[in-house]
Amino acid sequence: MATVVGAVMSSHVPAIGRAIAKNLQQEPYWKPFFDGYPPAQAWLADAKPDVAVIFYNDHGLNFFLDKLPTFAVGAAPEYRNADEGWGIPTVQPFRGDPALSWHLIESLVAEEFDITMCQEMLVDHAATLPMALLWPGGGEWPVRIVPIAMNHVQHPLPSPRRCFHLGQAVGRALDAWDEDVRVVVLGTGGLSHQLDGERAGFINRPFDLMCMEAIVGEPEKLAAYSTLDIVREAGAQGTELMAWLAARGALRGRVSRIHSNYHVPISNTATGLMVIANQSRPTPQARAA
Amino acid sequence: MSGQRRDYGIPGTIVFDGYLARKGYALNRMCYSFNSSDNRAEFKRDEHAYCDKYSLGDEQRKAIASRNVLQLIAAGGNIYYLAKFAGILGLDVQDIGAQQTGMTKDAFKAMLAEAGR
Repeated sequence: MATVVGAVMSSHVPAIGRAIAKNLQQEPYWKPFFDGYPPAQAWLADAKPDVAVIFYNDHGLNFFLDKLPTFAVGAAPEYRNADEGWGIPTVQPFRGDPALSWHLIESLVAEEFDITMCQEMLVDHAATLPMALLWPGGGEWPVRIVPIAMNHVQHPLPSPRRCFHLGQAVGRALDAWDEDVRVVVLGTGGLSHQLDGERAGFINRPFDLMCMEAIVGEPEKLAAYSTLDIVREAGAQGTELMAWLAARGALRGRVSRIHSNYHVPISNTATGLMVIANQSRPTPQARAA
Repeated sequence: MSGQRRDYGIPGTIVFDGYLARKGYALNRMCYSFNSSDNRAEFKRDEHAYCDKYSLGDEQRKAIASRNVLQLIAAGGNIYYLAKFAGILGLDVQDIGAQQTGMTKDAFKAMLAEAGR
């Protein structure tokens, strides 16, 4: 059966892609952000996941307002990145895991999540940049991916609670998957930021720090917020917290915080990084026996 | 009712709902097309013809001509698609943040930095 090693939550600001391409990681503006990542990279090197299930939101690369799924599960053998209109370099294609994708799809629909199934799917910066931060250096990606896109473009958005429940259902499906693979769950986006309106540039540090605390031990507290509450507290785009909640929901064992970093600002965004380990059931000893 | 503009009670903040999605459809569809570099080039060659091709209404055409983000949003533009238009103009999200808040870019960046302290 699959082992869920833990979750990594990370911001995905597009400017990160340009900074990586220009090798600016140690510039004063970028250093406090990029210096957050080596401990996460080291934890992943040790946890050795085979697959990353990525909860993220598409910003108008694969999906448009003509047909906009609330939740869409990738089931492709390969996922490509593409031009998003403002010219950040694209990354290497990702290998998919169609067998796991279809297992997740079947499990989610059996649990009455009416998801959209995608055998072709471009993945945007929200999926690619956290991957590039966690496995830097380019070249072939060391993990296969299953992307799960969540509507964050057009209201009504799925509620924070629904996103948390989706993550929990993914966690149950992973625990029931009969292949012996190690899975890390990524939740990308956030934290507080607002790009549009007269309140553009809004950031709420106390709220972000509360979220980073609560996501570990009290995720239900965050799931209880309404979407509009989060818009008010974390800005119009701060609702990307939904992907953090989904990723946290997928951890069903005993969790512990491994690492976190918070830095303001990158571009218009308060950035957060969080690594949470999951002591899976059954225990690793039982797996080895 | 999605037929009317609704007030969500969060000042200076857009909740891009069904009303705006309907209102802004043509504008957002045009901006979505800017994922393609050929389309960006075509827009730059003749933006009026390009707006015709995507059947923009008067308010949307004026908003595009104005390069004013709040006007583009009022015309139903969604910030994620508008960002692709901003990319054509060489503007980043701090430029458009500064424009919407009526600050200089430096003042806007200073406000962000201050928020981190």
